[in-house]
Amino acid sequence: MNAETRNWVAVGELADIPREGARVVKTDVGCIAVFRTVDDDVYAIDDSCPHKGGPLSQGIVHGTSVTCPLHNWVFDLATGLAKGADEGAVSVTAAKVADGKVLLAADDLARCAG
Amino acid sequence: MTKKKLIIVGNGMAPGRMLEYLFDKNKDVYDVTIFNAEPRVNYNRLMLSPVLSGEKTYEDIITHGDDWYAEHDVTLHKSACISGIDRDSKTVTSENGITASYDKLVIATGSNPFIVPLPGKDLDGVLTYRDLDDVDRMLEAAQRGGRAVVIGGGLLGLEAAAGLKMQGMEVTVLHLMPTLMERQLDPAAGFLLEEEFNSRGIEVLTKANSHEIVGDGTGRVKAIRLEDGTEIEASIVVMAVGIRPSADLAKSVGLETNRGILVGDDMRTSDKDIFALGECVEHRGMCYGLVAPLYEMAEVIADNLLDGAAEYTGSVTATKLKVTGVDLYSAGDFAEGEDREEIVLRDASAGVYKRLVLKDNKIIGAVLYGETADGPWFFDLLKKGTDVSEMRETLIFGQAYQGGAPLDPTAAVAALPDDAEICGCNGVCKGNIVTAIKGKGLTTLDDVRSHTKASASCGTCTGLVEQLMQVTLGDAYNPAAVTPMCGCTPLGHDEVRRLIKSKDMKTIPAVMQELEWSSSGGCAKCRPALNYYLVSDWPDEYADDYQSRFINERVHANIQKDGTYSVVPRMWGGMTTSKELRAIADVVDKFNIPAVKCTGGQRIDMLGIKKEDLPAVWADLGEAGFVSGQAYAKGLRTVKTCVGSDWCRFGTQDSTGLGVKLEKFMWGSWTPAKLKLAVSGCPRNCAEATCKDIGIICVDSGYEIHFAGAAGLDIKGTEVLGLVKTEEEALEHVVALTQMYREQGHYLERIYKWAKRIGYDEIRSQIMHDADKRKAYFDRFVFSQNFAQVDPWSERVSGKDKHEFKPMAVLQLEAAE
Repeated sequence: MNAETRNWVAVGELADIPREGARVVKTDVGCIAVFRTVDDDVYAIDDSCPHKGGPLSQGIVHGTSVTCPLHNWVFDLATGLAKGADEGAVSVTAAKVADGKVLLAADDLARCAG
Repeated sequence: MTKKKLIIVGNGMAPGRMLEYLFDKNKDVYDVTIFNAEPRVNYNRLMLSPVLSGEKTYEDIITHGDDWYAEHDVTLHKSACISGIDRDSKTVTSENGITASYDKLVIATGSNPFIVPLPGKDLDGVLTYRDLDDVDRMLEAAQRGGRAVVIGGGLLGLEAAAGLKMQGMEVTVLHLMPTLMERQLDPAAGFLLEEEFNSRGIEVLTKANSHEIVGDGTGRVKAIRLEDGTEIEASIVVMAVGIRPSADLAKSVGLETNRGILVGDDMRTSDKDIFALGECVEHRGMCYGLVAPLYEMAEVIADNLLDGAAEYTGSVTATKLKVTGVDLYSAGDFAEGEDREEIVLRDASAGVYKRLVLKDNKIIGAVLYGETADGPWFFDLLKKGTDVSEMRETLIFGQAYQGGAPLDPTAAVAALPDDAEICGCNGVCKGNIVTAIKGKGLTTLDDVRSHTKASASCGTCTGLVEQLMQVTLGDAYNPAAVTPMCGCTPLGHDEVRRLIKSKDMKTIPAVMQELEWSSSGGCAKCRPALNYYLVSDWPDEYADDYQSRFINERVHANIQKDGTYSVVPRMWGGMTTSKELRAIADVVDKFNIPAVKCTGGQRIDMLGIKKEDLPAVWADLGEAGFVSGQAYAKGLRTVKTCVGSDWCRFGTQDSTGLGVKLEKFMWGSWTPAKLKLAVSGCPRNCAEATCKDIGIICVDSGYEIHFAGAAGLDIKGTEVLGLVKTEEEALEHVVALTQMYREQGHYLERIYKWAKRIGYDEIRSQIMHDADKRKAYFDRFVFSQNFAQVDPWSERVSGKDKHEFKPMAVLQLEAAE
């Protein structure tokens, strides 16, 4: 399935998320952390660090990375992969902005549910 | 020309070093693929003990990061254990299904820890000590506390024992032989070592024959039983009795093996296209477990891969124990014998023992305990077979005594011959280092390490390398050379702080732009530091960037391991009232707060609060008059007091009152790291002021001000700043000292570290003896408080940053189709 034919779900306004910050979207299957970079790009990854479950939405956002608040693991927001020496990954949900609204890919969310 | 294919099985220190040699000589001959059974890059296994003891982190010990592999075009398969080698088609296959073909193959499968075949060896909590996973398992166990029993009193076992002790566990070492490290130490040194471990609270049982590991019925270890029936409770058992070359793979494909994989002097196995390297090797009947021989093998293989004719002829090894505070060095053969003589030096009061074993006027063995600086020199004489009869009389006193008067350490290094070995792990001699320093214009220790490898493994020769740099570079060598703030900039904290002021930079992007940060948005290290520097330097102009603050300071509560928060309101000077306590009790009930605890700073901590509840909790606390205790801040935390002259029959001044005044004056101020104060009403010091960042001891004649204490990671009594007569003076001095620290400290540098760096006398002279300076510091603090003393809780109750506390959306997902 290519990006154009995905089902997108609106979760709020871009302005709801601080630049270099994140907000949480709660779902039945866990929390998604939705990030806004300094350039107003948005990314969404699972809000749970694979190391000890730290809430990544609470970390410091730098460039397109976030540092986990519990033990400083760093994740690439685009790929969900841990950077540096740590090994691990979080699931990525496709995200985009259209008309000032933040949209998440419903099928990615459903995949989490499945 | 197409490249030949080189496959390496294993990614330990030896193959890592081999590749460095290979690429140094010629990087265009081979396409290299590595299969690593461990899920990670190459790290320095010698440094596992400092990781276990908490003195280093995994990041500190990485030899080759992912970038290195990318830069050298090396394909690294992690978590890929090789299951088969087809020598006819020249391919290897991994358990996870990767097949690759080779022209040359290097087997570097290392060694396996030897597991004592005791009943119960498979219970949960029975560990080995070999790789980073083992260290992680031990650290996890250490958090639960209890007793660790280490089987094996050799190098690894003792390092494990010392590390676990430093992590707070009770530790017992069981050793089968009568003295510790009997393969490297003679009985006398083994005894001294045992004494040292005993004095650290580590129990050592020698001649201890383990019989059975006892489980608790749920599959976890509970105790260990010895042959004589003694039972020792154990929450973990660490087996560190030795290693076995890992030769199974080689054996299964028909290569000749014995204890290890058999190789000739060219390091080839019985198949000419397959080399073996490292601890899995058996060469001339010897298997090696120390790093120096492995590196020598690595160099030989690198040469032979390029059609050279290098030969490995075996190694003499020296050993150092890497336990902080224990100096121990041994080399060669020191068994007694008829044709052997020995020279022994004992100095019981200094805890020094040295023994040299001589044969035919040559050193054949050396054991040094307590004082090991001459180890490399003795080892050098040993390896060269130098005739020592000329200097026999003074030999045991070391190199410095050979010229008559004792030399200072730098002169001693200067006097070493060019071929004297400086770094035993990496076989680097003085000449290599001097040539590299001069030829490549090296000026920092890190440069010397990366170019020569000297002191890059176990690090115990770092002092020697530094002295050598001193000798070679003279004044051009500055050992205090700057450590960069983080990976985003080569600048150190001091330079950044100075440039922020001198270039008038007032935002984080301005600093990053102007000072040429190498990353786009900084990192989690530099961003909070820059934010603090700007808050501290431009209190009225800088807009605090909350996105650059750590979560605790962003939401004004302390994040806990499960993602909930804890909340600590201020109790000024530790005083409280029935009304306040009632309000806390009501909040705890209303929000079902699961835990309430008194802190060490004389206030009350409510733990386990959900993030969404924080504003409501603060609203209720605020109604009772509470403000944030800033227990999360790199800023003023508590002022601990005793009851002083109000109640205490020994109190000389109103210590409680002064504490409250200090706290009301200083709350809200940000500092480089947390700041904790205390005021004691008399020298009995019930408020424990002499281990605080700043403390005051009240005496009849006034107030004795202390600073730079520590009672956390480090323990350190305070230094005395000076004595003042009145409460007002005490407040002015404490505030001025705080401001000096705010302006000069590096982010996260506690006051005791800052003070040591600046010098206690410098601080005394500015704060005690220069009234103008003191007044200026005081005034700048007061000015900045205009912008800092806003209760963050009431701000958030009024709606500030409400996005922090609520989810953006709650989605009900329909079932996936």
